Amino acid sequence: MQSLAVAIVLLPLLAAILGPLGYKLGDKFTQLTTTGLVSLAALFSVVVYFSLAMGGVEAFEVTLYHWLTVGNLDVTFGVMADKLSATMFMVVTIVSACVHIYSWGYMADDAGKIRFFSYLSLFTFAMLALVSAPNLVQLFLGWEGVGVASYLLIGYYFHKESANAAAMKAFIVNRVADAALILGLCTAFVLFGTFGFNEMFSMIHTVPGLLEQTYRFLGHNWNVAELLALLLFIGAMGKSAQLGLHTWLPDAMEGPTPVSALIHAATMVTAGVFLLARMSPLFNEAPAVLAFVAVVGGLTAIFAATIGLAQRDIKRVIAYSTMSQLGYMFFACGVAAYGAAMFHLTTHAFFKALLFLGAGAVIHAMHHEQDMFKMGGLKKVMILTYALMWIGSLALAGIPPFAGFWSKEYILEFAFLNGTELGYFLYAIGTAAALLTAVYSFRLLFMVFHGEPRDKKAFKHAHEVGPVMWAPMALLAVGAVLGGFIFYDMHKVSWWAGAIADIHHGHHGEHHISLIAKYAPLLVVLSGIATAVWLWLKRPHLPAKLAEGMQPLPTFLERKWMVDELYQTIIVNPLAKLSHLLWQRGDVQGIDRFGPNGAAALMRWSARRLAVLQSGYIHHYAFAFVLLLVGLFTYLLLKEVL
Amino acid sequence: MLNIGLTHFLTLAALLWTLGILGIFINRKNIIVILMCLELMLLSVNLTFVSFGAFMADLAGQVFAFFILTVAAAELAIGLAILVLFYRNRRSIDVEAASQLREQV
Repeated sequence: MQSLAVAIVLLPLLAAILGPLGYKLGDKFTQLTTTGLVSLAALFSVVVYFSLAMGGVEAFEVTLYHWLTVGNLDVTFGVMADKLSATMFMVVTIVSACVHIYSWGYMADDAGKIRFFSYLSLFTFAMLALVSAPNLVQLFLGWEGVGVASYLLIGYYFHKESANAAAMKAFIVNRVADAALILGLCTAFVLFGTFGFNEMFSMIHTVPGLLEQTYRFLGHNWNVAELLALLLFIGAMGKSAQLGLHTWLPDAMEGPTPVSALIHAATMVTAGVFLLARMSPLFNEAPAVLAFVAVVGGLTAIFAATIGLAQRDIKRVIAYSTMSQLGYMFFACGVAAYGAAMFHLTTHAFFKALLFLGAGAVIHAMHHEQDMFKMGGLKKVMILTYALMWIGSLALAGIPPFAGFWSKEYILEFAFLNGTELGYFLYAIGTAAALLTAVYSFRLLFMVFHGEPRDKKAFKHAHEVGPVMWAPMALLAVGAVLGGFIFYDMHKVSWWAGAIADIHHGHHGEHHISLIAKYAPLLVVLSGIATAVWLWLKRPHLPAKLAEGMQPLPTFLERKWMVDELYQTIIVNPLAKLSHLLWQRGDVQGIDRFGPNGAAALMRWSARRLAVLQSGYIHHYAFAFVLLLVGLFTYLLLKEVL
Repeated sequence: MLNIGLTHFLTLAALLWTLGILGIFINRKNIIVILMCLELMLLSVNLTFVSFGAFMADLAGQVFAFFILTVAAAELAIGLAILVLFYRNRRSIDVEAASQLREQV
């Protein structure tokens, strides 16, 4: 079992290393190796997951390499396999394998297949290194690794200006968050003297008064648990595109669609949720930060949902939907329902990857047209994709028995059962976001597949995708349908067998939720779907008129609450001006002028003058030589005499 | 009768040496002259060795003179070989032509 767990992490690395050999051996080699090895890892992951889930195997840890051993500090690379990481193994490798296979079809006409598949495998490895980490350092390295892979894949179409800009933006926005994460790592080290998860968590419970200390940071005395939790959460906010640091995620849709499905829906963006679940023993000691997490998550959920309502680009709708669902996961963490958050993470990975791959199929069929206003009527030619998109949308909206229903219901239920004002607020906001989710996901479905084709020319060439593309979608659809049953136990903290810490003063267990509160979200979702049916099926001309009447709200939403413009004005532009000033005044006219350039100029000036002495005639040199010799002897003689 | 002592020998050697070195410095024309001046300087040094050897009754001075003669012969052979090559490349043995050691502008 241990070697299986190690193999899961290392097989994608092997794939990424072997991938570039395709330049010698042909595209087919790279495709087969990467897909084969990642699929094998997926198979192993399923074995490991079910061995752990069925209780046949205890959680274990494998140490592969002692990287840094300094004093008492021992930083290792290894694989930690408990239910939490096994769940992530399964999610990551299954979605990755599906995306690898799907890309055979989607990228068939692309010239850079070798690069693409190698990057995909590299990403998979980095993500697995992140989730298998037995300590914060390996987690951080994986965290940065997925950031790099994400950068490479967003900028995959490097000849497109917008793709390069989006890749840079994703990297830079994440850098802001990662700075906080690094500070978090430092804080953890100062506090615990170790990075290992098990050591840290046992210290939390055994060392008295450890978390009552205060550290002075930024001119404020912080409780150390809260400082650490807050820094880690800010790191998570960047990777998981939470409100404030979310602007990169929609732009990341510049990458190829399979990438969006893998990185920006199912795996990388959920790393933040994973981090919170992994660090749950710490977060449970920092209730103020948990409340902050909950508020940020709740606001993100509703904020993203409103934007999703008004987007034209099919991928952006799904991107905002992802952001909104991540908000759900975070507010579940915020009420210490990490189990429910991980449950939603798992089911979401399946149906959101399915939706993205479905959108990819549509984009592929429409010859890279992403504007929903140019689609329509596609169900006549793409019945299979249409059916799969229905499954994905129903799961996303949360209709029983699809996977999304169960996980979302538990999140809302936990929020409600929290019993505090914050809990009720989150319940209300979550329910409202669920309504919007239903509306925008069915808006997408109806606009793309129903009605008359709006762009006749593109429609004429539209065709159903081949089996290499719909088969992985079908596999994910199975997860989207059955996920709620297979992973049902995840919502219970006890199921996780210690991988997720229970909050000790909680009121879990008793499910005293009134029937109204339990089924209100479902009713709201159904009414949302009904609204979508009415607006985009029955009265197809109404939405445009409605938007006209409600101006400027729809434009405001389509422009994403002007957050990008706001950041441009208050952060990017002043920073660019300052940088320009420092470059021109500080660097060019200051340091360069007197530093390197000045020294070089001085050298050149003095060398010019000294070069005059160098005539090239041997007798001149000999003369100088003799003159010096005579001078030296004279000096020595005089020294003797005097 | 003039009494010829060590000082006279040494003065002659010093004069020969100075002649040689001036020949190198002042000569503007011919590389062969430079080689000849080098020989002259070596011979003046020889003279110094021999006269010290004779006046101090030490054979080492005489022996050293033979060493210097041998080395001078070898050195001259190489110098002439270089000179021949130099002539083949430059078609002249002018001192002015041998200025390649300088930065070429």
